[in-house]
Amino acid sequence: MSFVHSLQCKECGTQYPIEPRTICDNDFGPVEVAYDYEAMRGKVTRASIESGPRSLWRYRDLLPIEGEPRVGLRSGMTPLIKADNLAKELGVRELYVKDDSANYPTFSYKDRVVAVALTKALEFGFDTVGCASTGNLAHSVAAHAAAAGLRSFVMIPHDLEEGKVVGSLVFGPRMVKIKGNYDDVNRLCSQIADKYNWAIVNVNLRPFYTEGAKTHGFEIGEQLGWRLPRHTVVPVAGGTLLPKVYKAYQELITLGLVDDNEPRVYAAQAQGCNPVVDAIERGLNLFKPQKPHTIAKSIAIGNPADGYYVVNDVNQSGGYGASASDGEILDAVKLLARTEGIFTEPAGGTTLACAMKLIESGRIPRDETICVCITGNGLKTVEVMQDQFAQSPVIDAKLAEFDKIVQQIAEVPSGGSPRPPVTA
Amino acid sequence: MSEGVKILIPTALRPQVEDQETIAATGSSVREVLGSLTSRYPELGKRLFSEQQEINRFINVYVNDEDIRFLEDLDTALKPGDELSLVPAIAGG
Repeated sequence: MSFVHSLQCKECGTQYPIEPRTICDNDFGPVEVAYDYEAMRGKVTRASIESGPRSLWRYRDLLPIEGEPRVGLRSGMTPLIKADNLAKELGVRELYVKDDSANYPTFSYKDRVVAVALTKALEFGFDTVGCASTGNLAHSVAAHAAAAGLRSFVMIPHDLEEGKVVGSLVFGPRMVKIKGNYDDVNRLCSQIADKYNWAIVNVNLRPFYTEGAKTHGFEIGEQLGWRLPRHTVVPVAGGTLLPKVYKAYQELITLGLVDDNEPRVYAAQAQGCNPVVDAIERGLNLFKPQKPHTIAKSIAIGNPADGYYVVNDVNQSGGYGASASDGEILDAVKLLARTEGIFTEPAGGTTLACAMKLIESGRIPRDETICVCITGNGLKTVEVMQDQFAQSPVIDAKLAEFDKIVQQIAEVPSGGSPRPPVTA
Repeated sequence: MSEGVKILIPTALRPQVEDQETIAATGSSVREVLGSLTSRYPELGKRLFSEQQEINRFINVYVNDEDIRFLEDLDTALKPGDELSLVPAIAGG
């Protein structure tokens, strides 16, 4: 059984049946899944959720599927880390990291949206799935499609990091590299979805796909002991995640599963691609598209489809935005690694660097709960970190040579690590 | 003066233009071409433009693969053989 009511235009409210549909016929606004929250009362409870599987499907009553989950049965329920070392470094009281760099099976938040989109693709009877991607989505579509026995096409910008390319190819999709940036890929995919009867997850399955992103927010609330962080910093690329984390928080509040602490959401972008943050800072509702120039390629989307809603939700919640330079992004990647043992990709560095700026500027108070959303894994983008560390010593397999190294370490910290020297 | 700009219509918008995939139009700027399109199909016009005569924020307009917001927006000049695409915004990657 399902609590799904209909598809509904986010702008004019026109309702449509559950079908592969992207936009409203009346005003071209995006359609979104609407649920019957009244019918959920007393049925969707903390206990009902806690008795579900240890995956994002524990929230299936709040997801748009009709039958049983069929894809991504192990996806989600990633760690929420109480980041005390990092909190100390930043001078804040209570800091959490929601760590989707450990998501299963492809180590990014995209395993959430794809689990829902491909379950829906099977329900609709598609045999071919695809996506426009900056890398992470392609990994997830290719992996889940392989496991589900679906044919997949992944379309990516031609200049992605090698790890991002191999990480998709291994699953056997048809990969097409497009000359241009993500926004060019996106436009082409929109036309492909129009022409071929395929399930392009972020085009014609978009309303279902985006609902999967809510599970990132549901998990934060449940893992915090059924309460919400007061401040949540979310990376913004196409603008799917932030509005859905905010929607998840509002749904938990509506169902009485958490108290309403008026949670605020904050947008994080790279300086080289910050159309949404630029609009927030200028007090505009509409953003101006940009040509991306940043090392944070996974969030290099200059014309974010849901950017309008990001600006809207950030403002409505009382949040704000910040952008980080490439240098600040790399420093933040290293800071998260050396304080919490988490290796994120530049997108995650962006989020942390922006959280730090929002704390420094006083936008986020130091004595309230803060959650930083980490959405991707650094092992996919090792090239960007290559010049960040000192050369490691090479020695003969002799203890005497090793002793010399230990002696040197005692004198000078090595490997770029600012940690104090090891004491014997 | 230009002759024969090709307008590519996505599926979602085709019901408003008698199900045509492409439409030939004339005009020397995006504004003129879209103006001639929407005067032929007023239902599309109501949806494509706001009351302030701005393009619907959920539709992106491209001239030969470039978003007009990187060009001269509605004043972008067009010449014969140019392609103008209307593309609904889609989700991220």
